[in-house]
Amino acid sequence: MADKKLGIIASKGTLDWAYPPFILASTAAALGYEVQVFFTFYGLALLKKKLDLKVSPLGNPGMPMKMPFGPKWFQGINWNIPNAVQAVVPGFESLATVLMKQTVKNNGVASIAELRDLCREADVKMIACQMTVELFGFDHSEFIDGLEFGGAATFFEFAGETDVCLFI
Amino acid sequence: MASFDKELDARGLNCPLPILRTKKFLQEMGAGQTLKILATDPGSVKDFQAFAKQTGNDLLESAEAGGEYTFLIKKKA
Repeated sequence: MADKKLGIIASKGTLDWAYPPFILASTAAALGYEVQVFFTFYGLALLKKKLDLKVSPLGNPGMPMKMPFGPKWFQGINWNIPNAVQAVVPGFESLATVLMKQTVKNNGVASIAELRDLCREADVKMIACQMTVELFGFDHSEFIDGLEFGGAATFFEFAGETDVCLFI
Repeated sequence: MASFDKELDARGLNCPLPILRTKKFLQEMGAGQTLKILATDPGSVKDFQAFAKQTGNDLLESAEAGGEYTFLIKKKA
């Protein structure tokens, strides 16, 4: 039986949205899938040598704001901070990012760098969108090694043969 | 629990790490050998069933005691 194939387009570059493509790609690879991920637009941030991903609860009312320290009852509180307040408090995004990273650590969830390494070890093929690289004024040297640079046609060469294909 | 050839302690790890570590361990083992996995992720019960089904490895045992999960997987021949 030929291996199943998974194709993913990773288009988002925040800390929260960095998880789905790497979790699904690494897991599928472990299950025997051949996997390709096409990183485009903000998704390119996930391929930088120096990962600097942030998360913002601003404009994201679904995101719980919880404290990753203190007694259990305190950690359970969902701090309902209005967008208007989030927008004007300096450093609110940095605070949210620090809190999410701590929560991730507390829960035994892997870091993005770790998941990305696991994907590379598992031979997940990563393609960076050349058009967006130019559009954003990036240089190939800013990205991790082992990438392929290509466009939509490159993606479809593989996508057309996939069993599962996702846009994230 | 039956005997096993190797043990993987995945306690404290969350999805998808227990599965990824299991895959890695199995790769280094011989056909027919068994791997025992310890986990605390409640999602791992379904995940190990699904992993075994899709990879063709045999899930010999799946047990829970006091919030800890134990799995026994036999590598396919």
